[in-house]
Amino acid sequence: MSTRTKKFNLDRDAAPWKGGYRPYDIAKELTVCFIAVTILVVLLAVAFGSPDDKAISIKGWSNSSQVDFAQTAITELDGTSASAQYGPPYNTNSGSTQKIGPISLEKIAGVHHAVNPPYDFVLYPLSTQTGVPALKAALATFNAASPKQQAAWEAAYETAVAKATVTPSGTLVVPAGNYGPVGVMIAGLTNMARSGALDAAMLNHAPFYTSDYTRSLLFLADGGYLAAQGDAHHLTGDQWGMMNETGSFPGQPWLWLYTFWYQIPPFTTSWAANADAMVMVLMVLLTLGLALVPFIPGVRSIPRWTRVYKIIWRDYYKGRL
Amino acid sequence: MTTIEEKGAVAEVDEVDEEVAGQWTVKIRRFLVAKLPPERLIPDRQPAYMASWIYIFGALTIAALTCVILSGSLLAIEGPAWWHLSGLGLFVNSLHLWSVELFFFFMVIHLWGKFFMAAWRGNRQLTWITGVVTFLVSVGAALTGYVSQTNFDSQWISTQAKDGMNSLGIGAYFNVLNFGQMLMWHIYLLPIGVVALTGLHVLMVRTKGIVTPIGAPDDAPAEDATTAEAH
Repeated sequence: MSTRTKKFNLDRDAAPWKGGYRPYDIAKELTVCFIAVTILVVLLAVAFGSPDDKAISIKGWSNSSQVDFAQTAITELDGTSASAQYGPPYNTNSGSTQKIGPISLEKIAGVHHAVNPPYDFVLYPLSTQTGVPALKAALATFNAASPKQQAAWEAAYETAVAKATVTPSGTLVVPAGNYGPVGVMIAGLTNMARSGALDAAMLNHAPFYTSDYTRSLLFLADGGYLAAQGDAHHLTGDQWGMMNETGSFPGQPWLWLYTFWYQIPPFTTSWAANADAMVMVLMVLLTLGLALVPFIPGVRSIPRWTRVYKIIWRDYYKGRL
Repeated sequence: MTTIEEKGAVAEVDEVDEEVAGQWTVKIRRFLVAKLPPERLIPDRQPAYMASWIYIFGALTIAALTCVILSGSLLAIEGPAWWHLSGLGLFVNSLHLWSVELFFFFMVIHLWGKFFMAAWRGNRQLTWITGVVTFLVSVGAALTGYVSQTNFDSQWISTQAKDGMNSLGIGAYFNVLNFGQMLMWHIYLLPIGVVALTGLHVLMVRTKGIVTPIGAPDDAPAEDATTAEAH
């Protein structure tokens, strides 16, 4: 054991207190605080309550917006949806893969929740519909065709469904086109969705119980319906909405700094393609900085420079102690 | 007002016979009692300079955390869907929500108060760091709560949050779209972390005592004086 001496540093060191002490009832303080906070919580809960907007189901989405559902379904089948193109942790593509310089941590982590939208969101659910001969035949035709033929049918349907309409009686009308069995398949999937048969358990391949809604949520997020609902509730990222919740409730205001970076360049301009990764890295660095404030010269001097402590300990500095 | 010698708050000598003197149990007890004698763990006096409303926000944070845990425990009794179906459940959920909002409000004020007091001085750096880490773990606890509400908010927040998580590869192991995983983190893993860190933080405060005012006491070593540091 060796002993060395260091200069007393006002921003790092504190000398032992040699002055007076006063009675302090910690048990009473905690009890009074608990009672006061409980009363405040009850008053706030009674006055404002809490939001509980119902979850959107695939059934609700497809009945409210058949066209959007059919347009999303074809992008799942032809592999052009955001989920199909996403990349890790869902699949091996790279549509949403982000980089920090040359490094992609997503790719290093790899695929952990395998999602194959053409099969998981369309072909598998349709394969369970054994009681519909026309659908069974369409599926057989599609599966027997070459990938080139499948792609041609999918492209033709995607063009046609862009001009789809819904009749007053609720029937989806897609303009005629050379899309082979795909029209029957997407109509079949839409019917499944509208009946509720496509909801969570089906999309997540769960035989009965399920607690993982990864596939359902990805499918839902690929469509325009969920985004429209988010926009209507002022919840989109460019509305600072990611930290909010529906209604006028405070949400997660402690995320303000995280959300702030999404509003300004270069995260909205030159770094936009990697904005999530860059914002996360910045927040990791800032958080490390906050944790290490006691060791950072200059930053740890801010309290002394700002002199807010003179207000906090005003009795001491006025010599009343 | 009474003056006491804080350093004098050393426990009475723990006398045991030779037969058990070498026990790990005895050594641990002696270490703990020496570090945290009862008078310091649950003090009845504090330095006279502790005379500001800012000091109350640590206790308020603990009080709000207690409300969070109690209201969350009530929600747990009937399960995650109860509050969608029952008026009483919705009210308990409201208690939980506002407890969380107050918890963060008090904690952030406590944090900034301690920042402007430079409360890390005098070998209290670890106390500051455990406070910051508690804040971080609390943010995780809140996020997992928001994404396991099983309503529109959880659908929206989880599908938005996944991209940030995935961008650093975190999403491979922490899947915000997996309701079951998020609920487990929210009601078990992260609360344990918050409570354990809060306990550790409070014990550190009690061990070191509250920091003295900057430049205090008046007879503190001048700039050219020295303090000893053992290695």
